[in-house]
Formats: sequence, structure tokens, C-alpha cells
Amino acid sequence: MENFEKETIAAIATALSDSGIGIVRISGENAIYIVDSIFRSTSGKKILTKVQSHTIHYGYIVDKDENIIDEVMTSVMKAPKSYTMEDTVEINCHGGVLVMQKVLETVLQAGARLAEPGEFTKRAFLNGRIDLSRAEAVIDVIHSQNEYALSSSVSQLKGRLSDKIRSLREDILYQIAFIESALDDPEHISLEGYPEQLAEKVTGFEKEIQKLLATADNGRLMKEGISTVIVGKPNAGKSSLLNMLLGEDRAIVTEIAGTTRDALHETINLHGISLNMIDTAGIHETQDVVEKIGVERAKKYAVEADLILYVVDASETLDEDDQNIIPLLEGKKAIILLNKSDLENKITEESLKETLEKVLEHTGEIQILRTSTIDPSSENSGMEELEETIRNMFFEGKLRHNNELVVTNLRHKEALQDALNSLQLVERSIEDGMPEDFYSIDLTSAYASLGKIIGEEVDEDVVNEIFSKFCMGK
Amino acid sequence: MELKKQVDVCVVGAGHAGCEAALACARLGLKTVIFTVSVDSIALMPCNPNVGGSSKGHLVRELDALGGEMGKNIDKTFIQSKMLNVSKGPAVHSLRAQADKAEYSRAMRKVLENQENLLIKQAEVCELLWEETEDHKKKITGLKTFTGAIYECKAVVLCTGTYLRARCLCGESITYTGPNGLQAANHLTDSLKAMGIEMRRFKTGTPARMDKRSLDFSKMEEQLGDERIVPFSFSTDPDSIQKEQASCWLTYTNENTHEIIRNNLDRSPIYAGIIEGTGPRYCPSIEDKVVKFAEKERHQVFIEPEGLHTNEMYVGGMSSSLPEDVQLAMYRTVPGLEHCEIVRNAYAIEYDCINAKQLNPSLEFKNISGLFSGGQFNGSSGYEEAASQGLIAGINASMSVLHRDPLILDRSESYIGVLIDDLVTKDNREPYRMMTSRAEYRLLLRQDNADLRLRKKGYEIGLISQQEYDALVEKEELIDREIQRLKNTSVGANKEIQHFLEESGSSILKTAATLAELICRPELGYAALAPIDKERHPLPSSVVEQVEIEIKYEGYIIRQKRQVEQYRKMEKKMIPVTLDYDEVPSLRLEARQKLKEFCPVSVGQASRISGVSPADISVLLVYLEHYKATK
Repeated sequence: MENFEKETIAAIATALSDSGIGIVRISGENAIYIVDSIFRSTSGKKILTKVQSHTIHYGYIVDKDENIIDEVMTSVMKAPKSYTMEDTVEINCHGGVLVMQKVLETVLQAGARLAEPGEFTKRAFLNGRIDLSRAEAVIDVIHSQNEYALSSSVSQLKGRLSDKIRSLREDILYQIAFIESALDDPEHISLEGYPEQLAEKVTGFEKEIQKLLATADNGRLMKEGISTVIVGKPNAGKSSLLNMLLGEDRAIVTEIAGTTRDALHETINLHGISLNMIDTAGIHETQDVVEKIGVERAKKYAVEADLILYVVDASETLDEDDQNIIPLLEGKKAIILLNKSDLENKITEESLKETLEKVLEHTGEIQILRTSTIDPSSENSGMEELEETIRNMFFEGKLRHNNELVVTNLRHKEALQDALNSLQLVERSIEDGMPEDFYSIDLTSAYASLGKIIGEEVDEDVVNEIFSKFCMGK
Repeated sequence: MELKKQVDVCVVGAGHAGCEAALACARLGLKTVIFTVSVDSIALMPCNPNVGGSSKGHLVRELDALGGEMGKNIDKTFIQSKMLNVSKGPAVHSLRAQADKAEYSRAMRKVLENQENLLIKQAEVCELLWEETEDHKKKITGLKTFTGAIYECKAVVLCTGTYLRARCLCGESITYTGPNGLQAANHLTDSLKAMGIEMRRFKTGTPARMDKRSLDFSKMEEQLGDERIVPFSFSTDPDSIQKEQASCWLTYTNENTHEIIRNNLDRSPIYAGIIEGTGPRYCPSIEDKVVKFAEKERHQVFIEPEGLHTNEMYVGGMSSSLPEDVQLAMYRTVPGLEHCEIVRNAYAIEYDCINAKQLNPSLEFKNISGLFSGGQFNGSSGYEEAASQGLIAGINASMSVLHRDPLILDRSESYIGVLIDDLVTKDNREPYRMMTSRAEYRLLLRQDNADLRLRKKGYEIGLISQQEYDALVEKEELIDREIQRLKNTSVGANKEIQHFLEESGSSILKTAATLAELICRPELGYAALAPIDKERHPLPSSVVEQVEIEIKYEGYIIRQKRQVEQYRKMEKKMIPVTLDYDEVPSLRLEARQKLKEFCPVSVGQASRISGVSPADISVLLVYLEHYKATK
């Protein structure tokens, strides 16, 4: 059951655009307290809960590990002098759409709930801020936005994602019904040895949800296609490679090592094959905080990728950074690009293969090509060979094509996260040796959370499942 | 000249619902008459010979806490008792007792006969009398019996069970009787329809009863009662009911049984399409089990005594409406039943009842003031479900006569609340049975704390005595004090404690801990800590039980309490009866129809109606604010 009054809500208050500037608005009893917990002033001393109403404060939003997410201006407005007539904080972000979503996520993790469409306006109305004559207009806003949210999420979910959620829900429902039927009819249905089985099942459910959540990282849409990751040490030419494949200057290319500090995502179409390209930060030892995050993320992407494009600067010998990258290829499908083939080469195919064999226990499908990313039009660029190689790998069935339309919506992500948390509680209850009836409490929460994504409720599901799957007594 | 009498409340039917309703009214000082087609069938148990069981045991406990009779009556007449689910969490422990059916009925009749203000009348009620009020609503003024007697009254409680236009089916043979061959009530339905009440038809069934002497118990597994018997009623002294118990027996069907059933399905009235009523999925006939769960090689059969002074045995798990010859053949394939003789055949019964969406949560008809109903008439099933509704209907009939507020229990405080809310809010298509999975907040709704949850309400209503109430207050104080003491008493990581923990198979302390923290450890508990808990005073076991549960499951309990807070906020947002849903802009068509159909009393109830979306609820909330400010 939603609570429409006391809970603190948050949402991005400005239209999402690439302007790079936007506001995250938080309203409710704990708004100031929540933002205070993730806001650090430059002096490190300012406490938002102690500042005056209607003041603006400069500082940073940090995540739970105190990593900086964005540089922000924060306005504090105390009840009742705000739009909603509740305590309200507005965070002015500068870092663009992705960062803004990240800020919102951080706010949610700190204890706010994602606002329903039109909810700020609704609160303003319920708290008496808006004239009653506008009541009907407010209803229309809520209604139309709900309809919109519903229709857009439905169209988004036609594909495999909703199938996935449905099948997960079915599996969870079966477990709930089994436990419940045993509780209702203990003389007919026994739970002996069941906790162990359930623990295994729950781990499986968690993995499925984590997979879905991983696709939603950064709230970033990952489209249909082969998940392809470009890795390499700084300045090996990763971004140039992506630009050549894309035919546009999307990634920032400079000669300063470490320019791509996070990761860039693009989809390219290679003669009918979709590649979901992720250009990552160069992998190297670094002290720079932001860059470090990028490096870690690059490693993570590599682990999850279907295909790795490893760009090696052939004009230099393999160094420590390369030694850090090569293990990522363990058991993977990869294409190694000996780049800068136009310059004097210090690495040969043979020496590289030798190194690979030494480091990797199991070399997957690894091919080596020579490329030059200085001039895309040059016949020696190696681009055609690269495309050819990817095509062949795909048609030979060596690459997995990811058909899942993936989680894009923060609301969905929140629901998935809730479901995951509930499943983790089930796991803990099992570990703690709690009685079986406790499992179904959290399983039911997980079931309900997943239902939110596809707009289905719990209702009589459990009872119906019990009767259809288990033979009850009398 | 016809007979004419004036009373306060008339209760129609003397089954489990009717008995509770009538007792409640009479005990609240109202002149009450209870009508039954047969005085000998008061509190009859026409189906299974037991009271309680999973979630139903909860209902009986709650009933008792509010001042109902069922708990006390089964404590007087049980012949075996068992706490189910003891290996599971405290929330799903549930008491079930085998009843001596004849004794149960007799004992209840005695209570009724000796109740001040209560008159028992053997008569078939065939018409309700009413008048139209100024606001064009109907108002009950009395009722008329088949013999023409008129009883003028301020409220009527309908508890007609399975008697309205009842017919029993056993294979090809159909008889127009109520349960056990008792007279059906064939006239009231027309009167109800004439008042605008929509009727529907439900079906249920019961297995055969067998002659004990024809059964071979050596081929069955014996099922014993608990060593220490726990009473149903909070007012029964546990020591007073420890006694020798009767046994039940377990055996199984097999492939031969199933084959006989499959070969004769065309002679089953259900499968042949003769039965029109909707049957319950939770107590399927053996035909249903064999057809729907074809993969199961065997089904359990429980042989239970119907009483101490009869040879009749109830065959649990094998209700059927197959013809007599098929029944006998099928039963005789079961180990131990090879030579069985059937005393009463299994049969299915069809009866008239209502869709309870016509009722308010007080169990009063929305459009007919003074008319209340409970039990199977409302579309439920089971003695306990019936008794619970009977009690609430009786209490609220009294409250209306006395011009007091009705007693409405919500889903967060009782199973009874869940039961009634489900009945009046959801589209039930089969007889409704209570189940623990229907209660969202079941960690709070335990059978062990029903008194703590509800006794105060029973006291305020006037059905719980001062003495019983004082005992409750004292219990509450003892629990609170003991929990505080355990939370505030620390033990250090000293030699004695560490030694104790090691001995108990628990890990040793790194720093000091409270006794409450130690109780939380799965391998420890309240009793186990006795050697290191020096200041402990002896406490009643019912107090210790609460203390231990509250401490051990505190985390979960707090979480559910938080959910309850959320839930209650929406329950408190009342919807005025004058609200016209056609005036609410932007409601989706389906939601508008459903809301008009159910007329929910609160936004919370509205949100549980299927077809009403969260967006509709948002719209409704905003509109209600608007409405309040303008009307």
C-alpha cells in the first residue's frame, strides 16, 4: 500500500535533456535529513539540517563510499514555504543526464521513494497549496501521467524482459504456494528438507535479478545487440577505434592518456548485426578518484561482455598495464587489435600469442588483427578486416546475441532492487534457521515488487496457485 | 387471529453462526429469539468432527477473546486435541480438536437454553417484514413464520447455513432436504429476492460415515493427540481439561480406488453436469482429486471418530457424490476399509446464499437497515468462519438496536477482520474458507495473542467480564515488565557466562550482552537462560510465551507493524456514502463500475477491489479532499 502523505519522495524535476543541467527535487518529512546525509559542503562543515530556510549551498553529492558523484548547488526550503508545503530540497546538478540519474538514485538509496507521476502537484494540492478550483485539473494530470507511464512501460516491456519477469514471478509464486499449502494443510504436505531446496532456488532468482539490474547500471539503456567492450591501456586508441566504427567524434580523443574517464555506450550496426559498444576508460594504475571508478567499471564490463575488443599499442612493448588487462580475456571471445601498425612495431603476433598462452589458462576464441586508427580512409586501417572478423564470428554462432530489451526505467530498477532485497532476506531467514512461514513473507514481497514492473498485483494469486498446484485435504 | 410477539432481535438459524449471534444479543441485554427448523439440530456439525485447524484455530481464539462461545464449548466436549504446525513459526501454530459431535451440540443447546433473554423457537421463517423509510431505504420491522406467527423486532440476523432451498445429491438420487436429511427451508428465498437481495447457489459435500466395527485399524497408522492439551478458550484453566484422548487413524487410497472412480465419473452428478452450484476448491471431492491430480499415486484418508458414544467414523479426505454402489466399491479398496459398512452415504449439498458484497463490513445489508447476516449464507464455509461472522453480526445487530457504533475489525488486527473484508470486498466464486495465506500481517495475528489483540474490544462491547478483563491487564503488565527487564539486564563476558554459553552450544561473548540479545540466538531461548538469569521470577507460561516471541522475532514484528501503519492510513480515509462515482472525473470505466457496485467504506477497502488501480485511488483521494471542502 502506498502512503500518500508522510513518505519523502524524490524525482528529477526538469525535463531530461542533454543540456546537462537539471534539478532533483526531494519533498517530505525527511527531505532535508536525507539530502544532508549525502551532501558534503566544500568546507565539510555545513549541516543542511541546521541551515536557514530558503538558502542555497554549494558542495558535492557523494555515494555511500564517499565518492563524489556531482558538484551541486542545493536549495533548502522548509515547510510550509515550499511548493508542496513540505520540507523540500532541490539539488541543481551539472553533470548531465547520467549523473543526474545517479544523484537521484543516491537520494533514493538514502531513504526517499521515487515520486509517482504528478505527486508533487498532488501533495501541493492535498496540503492546501493549490486552489480547490484546480482540483480537477490535478486529477487529470495524475491520470494522464499514469496512463502515459503505463502505456510507455507496457510498450517497453513487450519483449523478453516482461517474459523474464513473468517467469521469475511464476517460479516465486510456486514456492510461496508450496509453503502456504503446507502451512494450511500440514497433514497432507510436508516441508521436510525444503529449506535447502529453497535456498538454492532463491540464489538462482537473485542471480536472474542481478543480471537484469546490471543492465540497468547508470540507468543507461542497453539496446538489443552483442555486448561488445573495448579495452586497452590509456591512449592505445580505443576511442579512435570506436569513432571509426561509428563514423563520428563521439568519444573525446586527445593525446592525454586517461581522457575517457568513465565509459561510453553506442550501438552500431554492422551489416545487420547490432553491436552494443562500450568504450571504457583505459585500464591502468591511477590515483585519480573518478578515473579509478572508470577503470573498475571497465573491468566489470569486460567480465560481462560477449565480445572484447582489446586494443594494443603495437608501437610500445607490453607493460604492466597490459599484464593487468590480459587476464580479463580468460575464456572470452576476443579480438586483439595491434594498433598503430603504421608506426614502428615492437610487438609481433607471435610474441603476443606466447604471452597469452603463458597468462591464460583457457584461451577462448581469440583473433589477432593489425589496425591503424590514424586515418580511417586508409586501406591499411584494418577496419574492413575487423568488421569481417566480427561478422564471421557471429555467423559461425560464436557470439551470443542479446535479445533482451533491458531495464531502463528507474522505477523498474527500484522494483528490481526491492525484489532482490526481499530475496536476500529470505536467504538470511533460511541461514538463521527461521521457521518456514517466515520465508513466504519476504517471497511475497519479492513477488509483489516484480509485479509492479509489469503492472500486476498479488490479489488472489497465492490462493489460486495453492488450489491449482497442490492437492488440499478434507 | 395470528400470534404476534415483540422482541428486539430475531436470529434465523441455530447453527454455529446463529448460536453466536443469538448469545451475543441476549448477553447484551436484548430480547432475542432464535429460530431453527429443529431444536435437535442446534450447533450441529454436519461435516467434519472437529473444530479449529490451520487459521481456523485462530478464528476460534479470536472469537473467544471477543466473548464468543465456540472456544468454551469445544473445551467442554473435545475428545482429542492437537497443536498443528508446532515445528513452524508461532504465527502458524494452530489448535485443532476432535469434537464429540453429539456432546458439542448438546452442550451448546444447554448454554442457549439457560441464557437469560433468549428464547428458542422451532419454526421455519418464511418472510421478512419491512417498511420503507423517508430516504427510500428499507428497514426491517419483523418476520413471519410458516405457521403465520409474526415477530416484530428491530433487527434480524440471517444465519441460514445450507438450509435455504437445499437439495442433497448422492449419485443419481436427489432429495430436497438440508444436511443429514433435515427439513430444508424453502420459503425464505422468495421473500429475500422480493426485497431486492441477489441470491446465488453454492455447493459443498461431505464424505461417508462408517461403522467402526467393520474397519480394520491394524492396517492404519494411529494418530494421537498432544500430550499436554492446550485449551481454546482463554478462560479455560488448562489443568482442568487434561484427559484421556481418542485416536484418529490414517490410511491411503491407491491405484485401484482411482480406477473405480475414473470408470464411474459419468455417474457423478458433478461431472455429469447435474450440479449447478459452485463447489469449494479447498475440499475437493475424491473425484476431483483423482481427476485434477492424476499424477498422485495416493491420497491420504483420515478416519476420525464422530464421538465417544457412537460407532460412526468420519472418512476425511473422501467426500464424494458418486452413487452408493460406487462409493462402497471405492471405499473397500482402501487398506483397513476392505469390509467397511457405510452408515451414512457421502453426499453433495446445494443451497441458496448471497454474494456478500451486498453487505457492509458490519455485516449489515447496505440497503436494508436492521438486516444482518453471517455464516454460509454469506458465502463462507466452515464452522469457525460461520461462528466468527455470527458473533460479529450479532454484536452489530445489538449495536444498531442500542444505537452504538458497530464493531468493525480490520485486516491488521484479526483473522476475523480478514475474513469479513474478503467476503464483502472480493468477488468470491466459491464457498470461502479461511487460510493463513490470506492474512497479510499474520506475524501479528497469532493464535497465542488473540486475547491481547481483542479482549479489550470484547470488554468494551460488554461480552467480556470485569474479571476476565482484569486478568488481561495484569498479563499485559507482566509481559511488558519482563521484556523491559530482559532488555535492560546485561551479562558480562565473564567466566561463568562463557562457560554456560559453551555448554549450551552457543558462541562465547566478546563484549557484554543483554539477556534479550541472548534469547534471540536460535540455539538459546527464555527457558535455556534460567541458570544465568539470576533475578528471574516465576511467571505464567502464557506470559513467558509472549515475552519469548516478542523478543525472538522482534525484527520481523517491527517490520510488519510498519506495514500496518501504512495500511491503516488508507483505512482511515472514509468514503462518504453520499459520494457519486459518476461525479469523479477521470476514473477508468472499470474502476467506476466496480466502485459503484461495491460502495467501499474506505479508500483502503476501495484499493482492494480488483479492477481498481493505484491511479484510480490517487484520483479518488484528490477528489475526496475536494468533496470534503465543498460539500
